[in-house]
Amino acid sequence: MEELGFTVDDTVDITDVVCPVTFVKTKVALEELEDGQILDVHLNDGEPVQNVPRSVKDEGHRILKLTDNGDGTYELYVMKVGD
Amino acid sequence: MGFTNEQLERYSRHIILKEIGVKGQKKLLESKVLIIGAGGLGAPAALYLAAAGVGTIGIADADAVDLSNLQRQVIHTTNDIGKKKVDSAAETMRAINPDVNVKTYYDFVDSTNIMDMIADYDFIMDGTDNFPAKFLINDACVMAKKPLSHAGIIRFKGQLTTILPGEGPCYRCIFKNPPPKDAVPTCKQAGVIGAMGGVIGSLQAMEAVKYITGVGELLSGYLLTYDALKMEFHKIKLPPRGKGCAVCSDHPTITKLIDYEQAACEWHPGDK
Repeated sequence: MEELGFTVDDTVDITDVVCPVTFVKTKVALEELEDGQILDVHLNDGEPVQNVPRSVKDEGHRILKLTDNGDGTYELYVMKVGD
Repeated sequence: MGFTNEQLERYSRHIILKEIGVKGQKKLLESKVLIIGAGGLGAPAALYLAAAGVGTIGIADADAVDLSNLQRQVIHTTNDIGKKKVDSAAETMRAINPDVNVKTYYDFVDSTNIMDMIADYDFIMDGTDNFPAKFLINDACVMAKKPLSHAGIIRFKGQLTTILPGEGPCYRCIFKNPPPKDAVPTCKQAGVIGAMGGVIGSLQAMEAVKYITGVGELLSGYLLTYDALKMEFHKIKLPPRGKGCAVCSDHPTITKLIDYEQAACEWHPGDK
């Protein structure tokens, strides 16, 4: 894996669900974390990658990075902001 | 408490809301709401609270489902005629959401049973149709310090307020005593438009959800009135918790529950 420059605290796979449960699962995973911790979201191309980052941002969290896995999936790295 | 995938999907529209989220939905699932009266107000309120995943819903009523109820009491169906209203309401709530634990009280509230009935609940909803019950519920909630949603509907009008004992005014701060017997017509005598229960009962459910999740501002200190014919809502600011209130002031004169006498929705053929 390439150098991320940060440590991932938890991972959630949302490739097995569709909108809006994609974001719901991401929210649930984020709620388990502390302020400043980092979540790696494994998500599909298309609607999830279009909507989930935006929704996460709307909730005040920080998007650190989005990487294309080249297989139709992405990794979205989110830093939790707030309790 | 973890959510199952089915719960995540069921409550997804709540969880997505920033104000509710996972924490708010958990609060709802852990909450207990008592609905007194399974009629025009209680029916829609019970439907929405069950759907919302309020973990324990108590419902109290001593009536049976009557054909004339079905024009507005949307939790009951034609097949339920003759059943206890609490049983019919419980069946519908369980069918909507198996997460909900429904407790039924086949009883009208009075001074002997209400304190025990409300003791276990976080929020009380008054969906009754008569003044003695409304004063009794108010007084009991004040004494037990239980938050209460009060509401009333008649003809094309409805009103509600939320009572937070010790914080805002109570029903008796606004209306000191029940009106004289027969001075005010009941629903049965006056009629009520079916959707009025839907509007006001749903607003009561909204207040319960807001209280439980701690979001927004409650209708404490305000009376919201709705006139369907004029299509007007008015939010009327109430005076602060009255120094002189007989039940909720710091020196109450009413310290025991009162069973007022009044024919509640009693109408006999031949009455005017």
